[in-house]
Amino acid sequence: MSTSALQDWFVREVLPLEAALMQFLRRSSRNRSEADDLRQEVYVRICEAAQNEIPVPARPFVFTVARNLLIDRARREQIVSIEAVADLGALEIVADEPEPDRSVIARQQLRRLQSALDRLPGRCRQAVILRKIDGLSYREIATRMGIAEDTVSKHLREGMYVLADALHSEISETSGGS
Amino acid sequence: MMPSAQETGARAAEWLEQRERGPWGEDEQAALDAWLAQSFAHRTAYWRVSEAWNEAERLRVLERSAIDKDRVTAVPRPLLIGIAAAVAVIAVSGLAASYFFLRPAERTYTTDVGGRELITFADGTQIELNTDTVLRTRMTTGQRIVWLDKGEAFFRVKHDAAHPFNVIAGAHRITDLGTEFLVRRDPGRLEVALVEGSAQFGAGEGQRQSVPLLLAPGDDVVATAQSMSVTKKASHDLANKMGWRRGVLVFKHTALSAAATEFNRYNREQIVVSDAATANLTISGTFPANDLRPFTEVVQSVFRLRVGRSGGEIVLSRQ
Repeated sequence: MSTSALQDWFVREVLPLEAALMQFLRRSSRNRSEADDLRQEVYVRICEAAQNEIPVPARPFVFTVARNLLIDRARREQIVSIEAVADLGALEIVADEPEPDRSVIARQQLRRLQSALDRLPGRCRQAVILRKIDGLSYREIATRMGIAEDTVSKHLREGMYVLADALHSEISETSGGS
Repeated sequence: MMPSAQETGARAAEWLEQRERGPWGEDEQAALDAWLAQSFAHRTAYWRVSEAWNEAERLRVLERSAIDKDRVTAVPRPLLIGIAAAVAVIAVSGLAASYFFLRPAERTYTTDVGGRELITFADGTQIELNTDTVLRTRMTTGQRIVWLDKGEAFFRVKHDAAHPFNVIAGAHRITDLGTEFLVRRDPGRLEVALVEGSAQFGAGEGQRQSVPLLLAPGDDVVATAQSMSVTKKASHDLANKMGWRRGVLVFKHTALSAAATEFNRYNREQIVVSDAATANLTISGTFPANDLRPFTEVVQSVFRLRVGRSGGEIVLSRQ
């Protein structure tokens, strides 16, 4: 399995599941950053497995890995929360949800993009818009906003980070289904 | 214990931003590759943030389709209202939404005589345009196609088995299999030089299909309407062909007439060689592509030629 094929599979098949995965992981986590760490570990595990053979379909595989991770953690910590147990039972239902069709995904993505933009702090949002919509260079953005190019960098880094969470992790109003 | 997801994510965003800002050369790519190779946590974090940033490309579609033309001051407030309006409009109809998303993002890039431009795509593929070149791209999630309508370009393609990269130049098509190559299109002649990786050379759109030729590094294909040849070039010969990427022309026992033809691609002021004996003199050396003076001074002093200037032409002739 080449890295680019793995990347392609990850982006196409796994990332779209992230919102549902996070919903699942958050219920078993004490806080946001713990859920993020669990997600990171799920991704590492599925890539290690997928290196040898791409699992088809992706969805049940991803959730099985997530469940096993939670079970491992519960064993390690000797604590199993009631919610976690309940979720492990409910897993099959989550995993069997049909995939929405492409145009629905596209519309959801657009709404997510909009709400993701709204979540960016003002200056950061402005820098992202000047870069992504107006296609300006760093120098032009710096001039337009009256800031240094290094500050443009800082805003865009933050924008990239927040957009990644907002686009992949967040449940949009229409896609949650609950 | 692996670093927290937030740390890894922030680091991935730093890499992506550094690449976005440029300059992004081999050293930077090597440093990123090394970081990515350290763990799947790094790789997935980077894929995740890049994908979101690419996804945000759709903002541009909105801007083109729905936001008014006279956004001179480009402050975020009215733009965002514009986007919100566009979202509302598109959300009304699934058909409209698919139209906007599926419409291929086709773009045209051109350079003037003497110009040079480097284009970097979201997938990391780079295309460097040489002088007087017209190139069209269609880069979507499903396909990557480039038409070289005129001129010359160097390609450094990020390989993606699911989305082969195609260059169409007149009657021919080059399909990358993970590679660096040069394509030069002159009237009636096409040259493809493969630097690294492998590529297929075959028939283009609307042409009778034949068995494509598999190119290996060093292969230099020259195709005209009547003939096609493949020769093996040493790597320094290939490097010389790509001198323009550094702003220079490299000649090795090159006839003065051929050297003049090369210079004339890069400059509005044209060199004319007045007679056959002068045309057959050969020259070796490295010269700036956009400045004719060093070249004319050399031929003047070495070959004792007369260099006359008149009406946008430089005429080389015997004393």
